[in-house]
Amino acid sequence: MKRTGIVGGVNGNMVAVNFEDRVMQNEVAYVIVGDESLKAEVIRIKGKRAEVQVFEDTQDISVGDTVEFTGELLSVELGPGLLGGVYDGLQNPLEELAEQHGFFLKRGAYLEALTDEQQWEFTPVVKVGDKVRAGEKVGTVPEKIFTHWIMAPFNLQGELEVVEIVDAGSYPVSKVVAKVKDAHDKVHDVGMRQFWPVKIPISAYAQKLKPVDPLVTKIRIVDTLVPVAIGGTFCTPGPFGAGKTVLQHLLSRHSEVDVVVVAACGERAGEVVELLEEFPELTDPRTGRSLMDRTIIICNTSSMPVAARESSVYTAVTLAEYYRQMGLNVLLLADSTSRWAQAMREMSGRLEEIPGEEAFPAYLETRIASFYERAGLVKLRDGSIGSVTIGGAVSPAGGNFEEPVTQATLKVVGAFHGLSWNRANSRRYPAIEPLESWSKYKSFVDADKVKKGTEILRKSNHVEQMMKVVGEEGMSIDEFIDYLKGEFLDAVYLQQNAFDKVDEATSADRQKFIFDVLEQIIDKPFSFDDKDVARKFFQDLRQRFITWNSTEFQGEEFKKLEEEIKNKVNG
Amino acid sequence: MQKVYSEILQIAGDVITVEAEGVKYKELAEVKSGQGTSLAQVIRLEGKKVDLQVLAGSRGISTDDKVRFLKHPMRVSFSDNLLGRVFTGCGVPRDNGPVLEENKINIGGPSVNPAKRIVPKNMIRTGIPMIDIFNTLVESQKLPIFSIAGEPYNELLARIALQAEVDLIVLGGMGLKYDDYLYFRDTLEEHGSLSRSILFVHTASDPTVECLLVPDMSLAVAEQFALQGKRVLVLLTDMTNFADALKEVSITMEQIPSNRGYPGDLYSQLASRYEKAVDFDTAGSITVLAVTTMPGDDVTHPVPDNTGYITEGQFYLRGGHIEPFGSLSRLKQQVNGDTRDDHRAIMDRMIQLFAEYRSTLEKKSMGFQMSQWDHKLLQYGARFEKELMDLSVNIPLEQALDLGWKILSDIFEPAETGMKESLIKQFWPAEPLQKAQ
Repeated sequence: MKRTGIVGGVNGNMVAVNFEDRVMQNEVAYVIVGDESLKAEVIRIKGKRAEVQVFEDTQDISVGDTVEFTGELLSVELGPGLLGGVYDGLQNPLEELAEQHGFFLKRGAYLEALTDEQQWEFTPVVKVGDKVRAGEKVGTVPEKIFTHWIMAPFNLQGELEVVEIVDAGSYPVSKVVAKVKDAHDKVHDVGMRQFWPVKIPISAYAQKLKPVDPLVTKIRIVDTLVPVAIGGTFCTPGPFGAGKTVLQHLLSRHSEVDVVVVAACGERAGEVVELLEEFPELTDPRTGRSLMDRTIIICNTSSMPVAARESSVYTAVTLAEYYRQMGLNVLLLADSTSRWAQAMREMSGRLEEIPGEEAFPAYLETRIASFYERAGLVKLRDGSIGSVTIGGAVSPAGGNFEEPVTQATLKVVGAFHGLSWNRANSRRYPAIEPLESWSKYKSFVDADKVKKGTEILRKSNHVEQMMKVVGEEGMSIDEFIDYLKGEFLDAVYLQQNAFDKVDEATSADRQKFIFDVLEQIIDKPFSFDDKDVARKFFQDLRQRFITWNSTEFQGEEFKKLEEEIKNKVNG
Repeated sequence: MQKVYSEILQIAGDVITVEAEGVKYKELAEVKSGQGTSLAQVIRLEGKKVDLQVLAGSRGISTDDKVRFLKHPMRVSFSDNLLGRVFTGCGVPRDNGPVLEENKINIGGPSVNPAKRIVPKNMIRTGIPMIDIFNTLVESQKLPIFSIAGEPYNELLARIALQAEVDLIVLGGMGLKYDDYLYFRDTLEEHGSLSRSILFVHTASDPTVECLLVPDMSLAVAEQFALQGKRVLVLLTDMTNFADALKEVSITMEQIPSNRGYPGDLYSQLASRYEKAVDFDTAGSITVLAVTTMPGDDVTHPVPDNTGYITEGQFYLRGGHIEPFGSLSRLKQQVNGDTRDDHRAIMDRMIQLFAEYRSTLEKKSMGFQMSQWDHKLLQYGARFEKELMDLSVNIPLEQALDLGWKILSDIFEPAETGMKESLIKQFWPAEPLQKAQ
């Protein structure tokens, strides 16, 4: 017998429902409008009245329409076949929706994320009588580039005894492949897929560890100056036009991780389309396969319903955690967490909650903190290590970092990559402000060398500020050389040409190698007759270095230019 | 038989409340008052109470006026008969043509499935070097022109409209001054473009609520034409008036404002309009150019700020020309790799040098000594402003690139430009030695 209710009011995407029986907080409900069923989530209950946020346009709903409650929390499907997928915030596969409904997103059309059409080659790894715990594998299937683990349901407690296991063979995702018995002799099914509520972290692992190893992103300024650790968190706030999204795309392409989950949350649809067209064409150097094979895209772009935007980041992080459970390193990129926060604000406004700063709800900070806390390096129950690294773009109003979302985020992340208008306007990409950004993680480039680099950038910046007041003639030649050195380091190392086939990604080895050369230049006490000569020297050096950056590492051309540069510096 | 309700319980701002049953969210109603008949739209349902937004404004409505629900949401007639016509925000003819009733379509329809979009590949040539070289406009792009009052933004919009190679132009005017409306109509007419244009115009003296409908009307019509394979250019001016209308209505509805009185969903409201810009797989496209005036020349004001996060770049119009700094076309990379090998390099380096010129100017104005390099920069900046930045310059892209090399080679040594050697070999003009001394 289905529990139902009756619509009592409509305000934007919030619908009030009068019910008789009982209602569970955060359960999924469907509002029935004609022949359409609109998915919704219960977000507040007052007496016999529940308020639900509808994940669709609410046009045509009228008072008296029926609402059906499902008794389930908002969940996602986890199983083989997710890699390479493109889903909306509720995990509806967009490609399949397009096939069935054409150009537009039809209201009330939902599809399963994983279909039974595909068969998976299952190999059991346990036998009847074996003991497993939640999250431990009972078998494997090959999925694109990995061996995908079929695991005991994450929600079970204690030790479980395998009482049934199927033979090796081809099965669809809906197949029950094993049965396990818990301590109370209750038997549970183990399917090829399982469902998990998105707002609850998956915690079927042995231990959470401290993230230490650097994650190689191949973006020089990030890896050297403001590194990210595997299993760590970072945020990228920046005004519009500073290149947040381009930077996130570069990270998603070049980062040395096993799986990338991209959550396009409330941003432009066009940017997602670029990923969709580009990724299948690009090859992942680590596997030799298409980049799409390691990517999952969750896309709830700005014109798609707001309530689903709020859940899209949770959907994304749940998928990331799922692959982490297989001992993989997963990178989750959320662009942009501000849109997610705004979705919370819109809903909070409709609920007429007392607003906090800039009308954001008072629980904004805890929500942001608990989202980033889902990142981490974990030791699984079989001893292998998996991780989720979270990078969130933040879009502060007016580019001013003193606003609630940026501030709440800075408190909980391990690295801050602040983008600035200043650098973007002078086309210094990536526009990460080197002196204001910070990271609590360690780089693979020697810390003392990095320190020299930041020192010279700081000095250079200082001289530049001074020159604005006293002019070039007011500075000594040595100070001026420091200024030129800093500018040089910026131009040839911190800036990176995303459109150059070689320069767009710099391996860890190459970064260390180049930085050694730069260290020599920074250390060397140059002497020049006058400032014009000094400037000319560094312009020339910069020229060669930029050409050097776009030659194949340790190739012939590379070595030739290396010689030239060293001769110039020492000659 | 449609029921007529004749007891209005509340009138606040342009929102009236009646008690009715079986009313659908966003449904339209007709309100007959002494002032005439106006449309109204359902914006909230609470039990039997129905809040309606009266499009013509609530002035003169009395509590016993008649309200009749129409059983359908806001619609617009769509056919080729729209071409060359001018309408109000509600779709009522503003010219002397007939009222169009056939083939009504809903406005504000669902969003396009991202999987059905394609990456745009066609450059829209404008003949304006500041756009063509530095911030190329691309078919299906959504781009605002950020400007302050008094700048010639409508002229710029009209010029791009006339020169751009598109099949159809839809103009959505919001809070337009009457003479600006006439300017657009007459310019389109003079250049023989009115017959491929459709105008939805809300002037400053029309009811506020009508202003809110203009983008949806314009884009709904544009979308239908695009689905038929047409390349449509939608011009919206001025989106700040649209946002102000939103603010007015949401405050009347006693919504909690988020920033300077604007509603918390301003971003989503703007996005759902701008995101209609699209390049359909196997059909036409919609390109959106919108004017956003910045109150007090402040780009951090909520309207330009939220807009900038939605659109694919922006043009700053300041001092009568398109500012090289801050102006950005995010889609330019899709097309400027295929124009000419030197396009990107010229674009990057000329702007970097221009930035250096600006800081040299600052130094100069403070009376500092000018180095040799500074002198070169000053020369460079002056020529850049005169030969490329001026809005009256009208040359094709290739000619503009050649001009760029000419200016560089007249002033700088090749190494000073920071260009890659291969490009210098290919494009540096032949007589580099005869420099202006």
